[in-house]
Amino acid sequence: MMKFLAQNRHTVQRLGFSAITLMAVVTVLPIVGTILFILFKGGSAISVEFLTGFPHDGMRAGGILPAIIGTLYLTIGTAIFSVPLGIAAAIYLAEYAKDNQWTRLIRIAIINLAGIPSVVYGLFGLGLFVLFLQFGTSILAASLTLSIMTLPVIISTSEEALRAVPQAFRTVSISLGATRWQTISRIILKEALPGILTGVILGLERAAGETAPILFTGAAFFLPRLPQSPFDATMALPYHLFVISTQVPEMPIQIQYGTALVLLVFVLTMNVIATVIRSRARARRQW
Amino acid sequence: MEKSLSWREFIITRLIQSSGYSAILFVALIFFFLLREGLPTLGEVDASSLLNIRWYPIENYFGILPLITGSLIVTLGATLIAVPFGIGTAVYISEIAPRWVREILKPLVELLGGLPSVVLGFLGILVLSPFLRVFLNLPTGLTAFTGSLLLGGIAVPTVVSVAEDALDSVPRAYREGAWALGATKWQTIWRVTLPAAKSGVLTAVMLGIGRAIGETMTVMMVTGNAPVLAVKLGSLFSPVRTMTATIAAEMGEVANGSTHYHVLFFIGMVLFIISLVVNVIASSVVFRAKKRAERILS
Amino acid sequence: MGIRQNAVTVLFGPAGGGKSTLLRCLNRLNDLTEIKASSGRILIDGENILDPKTDVIALRRKVGMVFARPVPLPMSIRQNLTYALELAGEKRKSKLDEAVERSLKLAAIWDEVKDRLDEPAIALSGGQQQRVCLARVIALQPEVILLDEPTSGLDPISTGKVEAALLELKKEYTVILVPHSVQQAARTADYAAFFLTGELIEYGEGKSLFTVPKQKKTEDYIMGRFG
Repeated sequence: MMKFLAQNRHTVQRLGFSAITLMAVVTVLPIVGTILFILFKGGSAISVEFLTGFPHDGMRAGGILPAIIGTLYLTIGTAIFSVPLGIAAAIYLAEYAKDNQWTRLIRIAIINLAGIPSVVYGLFGLGLFVLFLQFGTSILAASLTLSIMTLPVIISTSEEALRAVPQAFRTVSISLGATRWQTISRIILKEALPGILTGVILGLERAAGETAPILFTGAAFFLPRLPQSPFDATMALPYHLFVISTQVPEMPIQIQYGTALVLLVFVLTMNVIATVIRSRARARRQW
Repeated sequence: MEKSLSWREFIITRLIQSSGYSAILFVALIFFFLLREGLPTLGEVDASSLLNIRWYPIENYFGILPLITGSLIVTLGATLIAVPFGIGTAVYISEIAPRWVREILKPLVELLGGLPSVVLGFLGILVLSPFLRVFLNLPTGLTAFTGSLLLGGIAVPTVVSVAEDALDSVPRAYREGAWALGATKWQTIWRVTLPAAKSGVLTAVMLGIGRAIGETMTVMMVTGNAPVLAVKLGSLFSPVRTMTATIAAEMGEVANGSTHYHVLFFIGMVLFIISLVVNVIASSVVFRAKKRAERILS
Repeated sequence: MGIRQNAVTVLFGPAGGGKSTLLRCLNRLNDLTEIKASSGRILIDGENILDPKTDVIALRRKVGMVFARPVPLPMSIRQNLTYALELAGEKRKSKLDEAVERSLKLAAIWDEVKDRLDEPAIALSGGQQQRVCLARVIALQPEVILLDEPTSGLDPISTGKVEAALLELKKEYTVILVPHSVQQAARTADYAAFFLTGELIEYGEGKSLFTVPKQKKTEDYIMGRFG
């Protein structure tokens, strides 16, 4: 009887483990599949002309340069606003904030920022930046909108990285007559840098791939020339992919896959860079 | 020199502090602008027609019920997919997988979280929906179900990473205790580890739901954009229109300050409040669990 | 309780007696924790350092501290030594080099590290790290050096080296030591103070306190009857 029970238990375990493993496989395979599929389908569309030319024939021919440049501009614009602000906020939470009601409120605010639907950010950007502050549909308005959306990712990963730096460094530095800020700027930030960088890149990666927040704040359907100033609207890869896959009839499938591929490569490169920075920093860390 | 040093310190400290508080400011600003542009709706459209089943803005029918049910049915479908697969994958990663598999799986799942939703929508249009149309013998492949499948995929990384964190933070001693009592690894997972990580797993589920309900581009591209009331079981396999998709699809074409414009902001307000509630619940679960742990430990 | 200049004063007693807390009060490191319950006065050079108007930065430069666990900052040995001086505004390379050499010599570690000053300090052994930490404090030319069980993690040979360094140091500095054993207390003390559950029980010259303690409790502790 005991033996039977034991065998039974192990059969259950084996079945259970197989089921769970299967679930993990089913979850992960489509990711790999999606990426390979787009690489495979889009590869043939990639050419110098495609990457450096303007679209013509109502997007049905030519290249996607303005969309690539636009996404670059938006990503850089987002970084300019969100990186300093996000890191500063993380420093506040990790190094200065006391454990009180206000701090708890800040944390709840950050959690909520992370959960607000991207299209609602779009509405907010339209209301505040485009209309109220009269930036118009522009790179500036879109970057600011994306920045606020990106903040929670940057704040929470940076805070985690700062907290991972041993407390003893702070105590020692202070005991040697350093001020709090000197301690942070000369020691803590340097040690937390890889973690912070990882968070920043992951945040910007999300911003680069977003469409909904820029729909009404900065994205343009088609522009005959590259944007000249932050107050110009811009084309962007994700929006362009949306447009050519839903709004343009008889769109050549090659160009669609090619655009998806370029967007994917843009995002994946950032992801891989972040992953590499993190794992290298982990390997090299001495504390 | 000492004087200037302390001034610099003071200014930097203030700057850092205000950056910290900026998060509160942004949430307040977002809410304020949604209210400012959304509340006029209540003066322009009366409540009974707002809670109607016809969304046809050109003829001034602003019934948002079809949009709400559309969002609900797609989110429900996505949740039913994302929760079991998300938790299953989390359990696999944290409890079963050998180390090297874990090192590959974690970044992969993270990668899924970073895939632009417009790319998934694009594949949904070109690959998934034609397949489903033929496979399920439907008049169109652009249905709530298609949206649910893709949204499930989008919500999975959120569920996995939060649930995996929760499982990971269960003290190793719990598991060792169970093994020492003769429990198999499988029994330990179900009777010890998962229950111990319950609150974190619950948070994962809530955040996954939040992610699904707020997703815009994918659902706009694959759910068929038909604002009809979705309350029957069959609705899952017919086209619907979610709240997010409605805003995204129509905001570009409305005149600023028109009734339609205000109603779209009103929908945004509803979405904001939903995400607020979901996130406050999710985080209060975590806070409570933490407090309980502190009580036990002290 | 007064503490003599140019001597080693040890604060000893069982754990939880308030020795480390007192030590941390002496350079206001207690400010870092959120618990603040300091009453009374601590005078250094006639100034009450608990006064809120005190310039704590200057105080910490005057009162250096070595911790139980060696904590080299994540930089080279040289940078570890010049860190505090640079923060204090010293930019001249010659002065910095001079301070590095002088303090490493005083901490009895110069010969071991003089050829590898630009290597990361973390690469040193525990005993070497602790002496670099000591040198780091000396580099600031403080008036008082506080040591909180500086040898608790070290082997006997390294401990001997640190103790020898202390004997050198007391010629120029006021040294206050929380030892990690009664034996170490007896070996190093010019003056000794015995703490028990937050109270100062006895304070006097090291020689007499360890041989003929006046208080019964002190005697019990030294003899190993509790603790």
